Amino acid sequence: MSTIMIFAEFTNTQLKKSTLELLTAARKSNLKIQAIAVGPGAKNMLAALGQNGVEQVFVSDSEVFARYNSEVFSNAFAEVIKAQSPKFLLASSTMMARDLFPRLAAKIKAGVVSDCTELSFSGDSAKIRKPLYSGKCSAEVQFVSSGTQIILMRSNQLPIEASQKAGAASMSEIVAPKTDLKTLVKEIVKATSNKLDLTEASIIVSGGRGMKDAENFKLLNELADTLGATVGASRAVVDAGWVPHSMQVGQTGKTVAPVLYIACGISGAIQHLAGMSGSKVIVAINKDANAPIFQKATYGIVGDVFEILPLLNAEFKKILQH
Amino acid sequence: MKVFVCIKQVPDTETKIKLKADQSGIDTTGIKWIMNPYDEYAVEEALKLREAGQCASVHVLSLGPKARVVETLRTALAMGADEATVIDGPEDLDASATSKALAAAIKAEGEFKLVLTGKLAIDDNNSAVSQMLAEHLHIPHASVVSKMSVSAASVLCEREVEGGTREVIELAVPALVAANKGLNLPRYASLPGIMKAKKKVIKEIAFASLDISPQESHYKFVAFQLPPDKPSVKMLAGDAKQQAEQLVSLLRNEAKVI
Repeated sequence: MSTIMIFAEFTNTQLKKSTLELLTAARKSNLKIQAIAVGPGAKNMLAALGQNGVEQVFVSDSEVFARYNSEVFSNAFAEVIKAQSPKFLLASSTMMARDLFPRLAAKIKAGVVSDCTELSFSGDSAKIRKPLYSGKCSAEVQFVSSGTQIILMRSNQLPIEASQKAGAASMSEIVAPKTDLKTLVKEIVKATSNKLDLTEASIIVSGGRGMKDAENFKLLNELADTLGATVGASRAVVDAGWVPHSMQVGQTGKTVAPVLYIACGISGAIQHLAGMSGSKVIVAINKDANAPIFQKATYGIVGDVFEILPLLNAEFKKILQH
Repeated sequence: MKVFVCIKQVPDTETKIKLKADQSGIDTTGIKWIMNPYDEYAVEEALKLREAGQCASVHVLSLGPKARVVETLRTALAMGADEATVIDGPEDLDASATSKALAAAIKAEGEFKLVLTGKLAIDDNNSAVSQMLAEHLHIPHASVVSKMSVSAASVLCEREVEGGTREVIELAVPALVAANKGLNLPRYASLPGIMKAKKKVIKEIAFASLDISPQESHYKFVAFQLPPDKPSVKMLAGDAKQQAEQLVSLLRNEAKVI
């Protein structure tokens, strides 16, 4: 119980930003750092993980792990975690992690808490805070059992510090257990955009009823393209069928915490405010000066979104091209 | 065969959250309790399966303080569920203890084809109980499901994954499916439904009788806090062009986020 294990995620040849956040936090503890990395290309991550303080990596580049399957992943990971019994397992709170780790926790009698926003280590203990009621309040998570504790962290919450530890991490091969699967992935329907998920995005441009029409979301898409942002929406426009539910921000949609949230034509129902109030900087653009969204905003513009958005896009282009 | 639906009672989404004076939890006085919105989709889907002749009956289960939780079970009965069970227990159990208790209650009832749940509860937003329950019942699961079709031996589920991408997965039954918004349009309870629900007997199980040891709980929530007050908003004056210029400049030079 003197180790901390990180579920390391990567794209092509780079560790994801959210993984670097977890590694930075883990290095502040006095625990030995281990990692799990799976899927094609996983073995290319050994040097980067070593540099970030990881001593041992449990790894497989098997095609079996190319696509998430709850049974395959939870069985394989359970073997590793039972054998190592780390004190903590850290992963970022992605949709895949939120599907996988509770199942794994039940398998190995571990605790699991998702969507945490604060994490700090001193010695071998962790201090964690998690928003409740979509951010209407928060609570500290106090562990009361002695088993492994699985902590799923929201991305964009922790700082990243560069690390240049010498030596690559040592490698132990993970073997996917052969079982008769009761879960088969039949088909993947790719989203039309390659944008980050709302829960991972560092900038979100969001639209509400003030956008008047599904067609007008193209203004938001254009601004999002300029900023490298993901587009979100209020419940009203999802219910109206303008955009899919995967884009809904709020208590019955996604809880988001980007660095910058730009709310366009969103009046700010309490459920929406709860879902986005964790954002660092909030910009509200609305024609109604009394809209509740302004009470949560950092910067407010009373005006016509159809007039402001193209101007704003042009201004951003000017400075971002320099 | 039966379909079980696990439902949770949560504060209405309109609720303004207040804390207890000692910050050990939220102040529940005056809270309006509702069925977790995602669980409504699970109840509706179960009723549709019964109407299509794909299951014989719908049994709803809920865990929590009996006095208030039975209200939500009555709502599900009024929508059309056949049977209901309340596991009378404390409101601050963690996902491990909750899923163990639900698994024990389901196992005691015997065979089933499906367990349906909501993808998460909007109070602690933890999305853990469904997957843990599936593990305890030794059945496959699919979460965040917005479309499903059931056949004799399997259930085909369309679920949302990262970034709006969707995947179609097939689970052998018995299986657990956790519903997302979009799966269906939950019905309202009819007046005859409400009258009938009043007469139905709700089964009771005491949580303490389930022999779940305190070690089954891994964490508790302490030191509750309300979010810090935001500094008041800076409103930008001028015409649209000036507002846009000011905003971009403030985001770059003051907030330093661009």
